[in-house]
Amino acid sequence: MRIAYISIISARYRTLLQYRAAAIAGFVTQLFWGCINIMVMMAFFALSSEEQPISLAQVVSYIWLGQALLGMLPWTVDKEIEAMILNGDVSYELVRPIDLYDFWFCRTIALRTASTTLRSIPMLIFAMVVLPLAGLDNWALDLPASMTSFLVFTISLFFALMLAVSFTMIMHVVLVYTLSGEGINRILPAFTIILSGNIIPLPLFPDWLQPFLNLQPFRGLVDVPFRIYTGNIEALAAGPDILHQIVWTIAFILIGRFMLMRSMGRMVIQGG
Amino acid sequence: MYWRLILVSILGQMQYKVSFILNVTGQFVSTIIEMAAIWALFTRFGSLEHWKFEEVCLFYGIVNISFAIADGLSSGFDRFGTEYIRTGNFDRILVRPRGIVLQLLGHELALRRLGRLTQGLIVLVWAIVMLDLVLDPITFIYLMITIASGTCLFMALFVLQATLSFWSVESLEVMNTLTYGGVQTTQYPISIYEEWFRKFFTFVVPVACVAYFPILVLLGKQDPLGSSIVFQVLSPIAGFLFLAFAIALFRFVGVKHYTSTGS
Repeated sequence: MRIAYISIISARYRTLLQYRAAAIAGFVTQLFWGCINIMVMMAFFALSSEEQPISLAQVVSYIWLGQALLGMLPWTVDKEIEAMILNGDVSYELVRPIDLYDFWFCRTIALRTASTTLRSIPMLIFAMVVLPLAGLDNWALDLPASMTSFLVFTISLFFALMLAVSFTMIMHVVLVYTLSGEGINRILPAFTIILSGNIIPLPLFPDWLQPFLNLQPFRGLVDVPFRIYTGNIEALAAGPDILHQIVWTIAFILIGRFMLMRSMGRMVIQGG
Repeated sequence: MYWRLILVSILGQMQYKVSFILNVTGQFVSTIIEMAAIWALFTRFGSLEHWKFEEVCLFYGIVNISFAIADGLSSGFDRFGTEYIRTGNFDRILVRPRGIVLQLLGHELALRRLGRLTQGLIVLVWAIVMLDLVLDPITFIYLMITIASGTCLFMALFVLQATLSFWSVESLEVMNTLTYGGVQTTQYPISIYEEWFRKFFTFVVPVACVAYFPILVLLGKQDPLGSSIVFQVLSPIAGFLFLAFAIALFRFVGVKHYTSTGS
């Protein structure tokens, strides 16, 4: 059984890796985006005399990591799952001798990792190697704060992926309910992205918002792993933050499973 | 003729009311969130070089209104590659006894852009009130010209994207760096950027000419970059010229190169 899941992930992963042209175009776009963000941040930091909760160098690294790992964020759904739900082929999925949630979960892991690996490698090379070589050290992505930071970062990144996948699963189940690719799944990503810290690092939000930002689930997608990487969160003190990621992942999985189970009872199959 | 095409398009979109409302709301919410990010940065840092939050809102409002209108009008160009070239449907356009550009403009008036438009308008009005800008007739007309010029400029980018699709319909995502990237860039005063970047968006793709320079005139503010007032006042011309250039390129280079696909 275990083997089955792994082969679902790897088959989907290899299929999705085929979209190389799109990945190159995406690379250029994200490079540009990263540059704008960095210039805006530099301008804001330039005249600020106060001590900020996160340093400019950390913000720059945070931005590059954000561009490199953009594909991991749960802002799209699996196009094939969407099509299956809309045209009724989902009924074939139901007759497979495998749990539907687990099956889709595996597909979603592939969705969230394939495009990310394609896009992140050139981006990381550019931000870590090319920029310093070009003499733009203050534009570059720094190395992790320490070896420990890096190790804890990889653990945290794994849970960020799980969190992203379990939330994408909720978006898939919502599709089963609404039978429409529009609507709520158009509105949710906007919130996910700003609350994750992808638009601006969460520590830069006003202080009075911080208690709320620290509780909400989406910080586990971006803010937690990236701040561990840059050393903004001490690697050895990151336990509670990683626990936060795990708790929310479990919550999302339970919600997703429950919603899927309920929807099975009243599912309408489209098509004839 | 154009109005008839548009009327049909509007009626068509109104058939799916729920979907329409959700689309508009979706866009409204996501642009509000962009604004929230800018607001958060200003609360944290106080100001951005010489600029106040209200002034940046003026930039944001004007650029987003221009872009929303352009985006709404140009979906025929935006989806030209996938819907006309790849399918061979462009042949049908060519044989009709009407202008190509007119027909493509009439492809659809994408009303879902109303979300961005509304939000841009709210931000603009709020900024004008907060800054105590006096809108005498001349200022008002100048503001309208600025927005019209911005609309032309962004439409020109969509036309250029369509022109490129005569050669390849793949990888046009790169054009997004110019359209969405242009919006993103000019939401902030361009004086904060590096010089090469500013030059690119002033002289190559003149987005700065439809936002930064005319807004300096509206604010009556000295340019920290030291451009002259005459240049600032006249800069919106660039938007109109850029559109004329893009359409010429589309018609005389792009269409000439076209060979049909399909049968």
